[in-house]
Amino acid sequence: MSRFLLRRLPQAIIVLFGVVTLAFLMTHVVPGDPARLIAGPNASADTVASIHHELGLDRSLGYQYWLYLRQAVQGDLGTSYALQGMSVTSAIGHALPVSAAVAVLGVLWEVLLGVPIGIIAAYRPKGLLDRATTLASLIGLSAPPFWVGLLLLYVLAYKTSVFPLSGYANPFINYLILPSFTLGLGGAAWYARLTRTNMLEALRSPYVQTARAKGMPESVILLRHCLRNVLSPLLTMLGMDLGYFLGGVVVIESVFGLPGIGKLTFDAIGTLDIPMITGAVLFAAFFIVVMNLLVDLAYAAIDPRVRR
Amino acid sequence: MTAPLEIPQGDPALPGFGLRAWRSLRKDWPALLSIVLLVLLALAAVLAPLLAPHPPLTTYPDGLQANGAPVGPDGNFLLGADPNGRDVLSRLLYGARVSLVIGILANGLATVLGVLVGLVAGYLGGWVETVLMRITDVVMSFPILLFCIALIAVTGPSAKNVVFVIALIYWTALARIVRSLVLSLKEREFVVAARTLGLSHWRVMRKHLFPHLVPTIIVYATLGVASSILIEASLSFLGVGVPVPDPSWGQMIEQGKEYFQIAPWLLFAPGVCLILTVLAFNLAGDWLRDLLDPTAPERR
Repeated sequence: MSRFLLRRLPQAIIVLFGVVTLAFLMTHVVPGDPARLIAGPNASADTVASIHHELGLDRSLGYQYWLYLRQAVQGDLGTSYALQGMSVTSAIGHALPVSAAVAVLGVLWEVLLGVPIGIIAAYRPKGLLDRATTLASLIGLSAPPFWVGLLLLYVLAYKTSVFPLSGYANPFINYLILPSFTLGLGGAAWYARLTRTNMLEALRSPYVQTARAKGMPESVILLRHCLRNVLSPLLTMLGMDLGYFLGGVVVIESVFGLPGIGKLTFDAIGTLDIPMITGAVLFAAFFIVVMNLLVDLAYAAIDPRVRR
Repeated sequence: MTAPLEIPQGDPALPGFGLRAWRSLRKDWPALLSIVLLVLLALAAVLAPLLAPHPPLTTYPDGLQANGAPVGPDGNFLLGADPNGRDVLSRLLYGARVSLVIGILANGLATVLGVLVGLVAGYLGGWVETVLMRITDVVMSFPILLFCIALIAVTGPSAKNVVFVIALIYWTALARIVRSLVLSLKEREFVVAARTLGLSHWRVMRKHLFPHLVPTIIVYATLGVASSILIEASLSFLGVGVPVPDPSWGQMIEQGKEYFQIAPWLLFAPGVCLILTVLAFNLAGDWLRDLLDPTAPERR
């Protein structure tokens, strides 16, 4: 196990280094001048130049990169241009609980909706239920989440006021159910497919034949014997989704007016708040890399074949 | 006395691709429906100027009620008017052009990039492979939408930038798939033979490896168009996609969002168009997978 870790960890670090580099490059090698934007349209050239200097934008790109890298390693992602001297890390820290709540609940919905559908579909492959659920899940992943969210808002918040329209206040759970459900609905289709495929594979194995020969009821075979085979691929997908969602789901947060990381990034784009954009993108990618690493490690812990 | 040498004529049991495609389509009604939908969609996009009852950018005073709210579906505006008093149906038809063109172009570029990276990495191996696959890992670590938004924020929103940005992030999955295919193909005899004959790397890749990748590429390119259209719609919905006033379905939903309580048709029409289009590409892709490449892994 430790040898696997020793091999996998440097890989993750190299990827993280690449992530920082790419995030820096994409926001710094650009035509726009943030100093101009901060100074406003009527500022003199001198003012713009002094802001330029203040932000360190007059230094060479290589030096700026080196500085950014050095600070990023220490967890310092710079200071926001727009949010009056607030550090990027603390702004992200404030928004993280919202995004984390949506992410965790969203993954929960994915599993709650997807896995049972997959089991039902695998029960009689090519049967009516299988076809219906396959088509339903295909529709689920073809529907744009922002549209589904708006539709849910229209029916459940505007027409029938079951849920609040938008925003984020106490009791928070009321404001989180619809966004997380919207998020989970699209992903659930993948979980249904994954569950179905793995269940069907397990159903063809000899031990299922033995169980059937012993006269075990089909429900026990499905739920106790086959479902286990779905667990590790499920864990992989779950971990990766969580990593993906934690970085903020821009579209969902925008539809439901949630103050998460996605919203933070989106607002930063309007003001060309470069440190904030870079920081948020970096942060999101960081989560994905870390969750990938954790999933790989969990896999290796469960399945010794992976360690080799 | 020797019997005349029999020249193999090809296996008569194996019908041509067109026939096989037609036979499987007849049995698979969702796939058939998706093909019909895609043809209709393409027609709508091409014939938009003929089919649209109004110009898509013209604002009509009678499209708005006295209180400023858009009028609902009626004889003049078949699907209602938008908050600027423009005809929704005409904008939908022109929006089909945007969705299709951007989806296909962006995904086409991404496919070329993905195949090139995967082919070169898998075939050449060594440090080239290591570098290319690490770059793939890095790009894969970025959340697609956030990456697109950030890049468009700094380059400015335009249809061209949307295409490039989607292509820049969307090539990674195909690159990995192509690489793994090439890794197993390059050990096969015909590739080893081609290399022993002294053919250039480029020629081996182009003439001997690439044809074997075509079925997989077609499948993923079709499925990829669905995702690219969804990404474009999301970007336009967030206001960083196709700039106003040119109509795009995502942007139409964004503009209808403020009025959805009083004018729900502003959401329904473009949303249904989006779902049907994406669904059609997904169904067509699944059908092509069964037809061309049954062993292909599912993509996420």
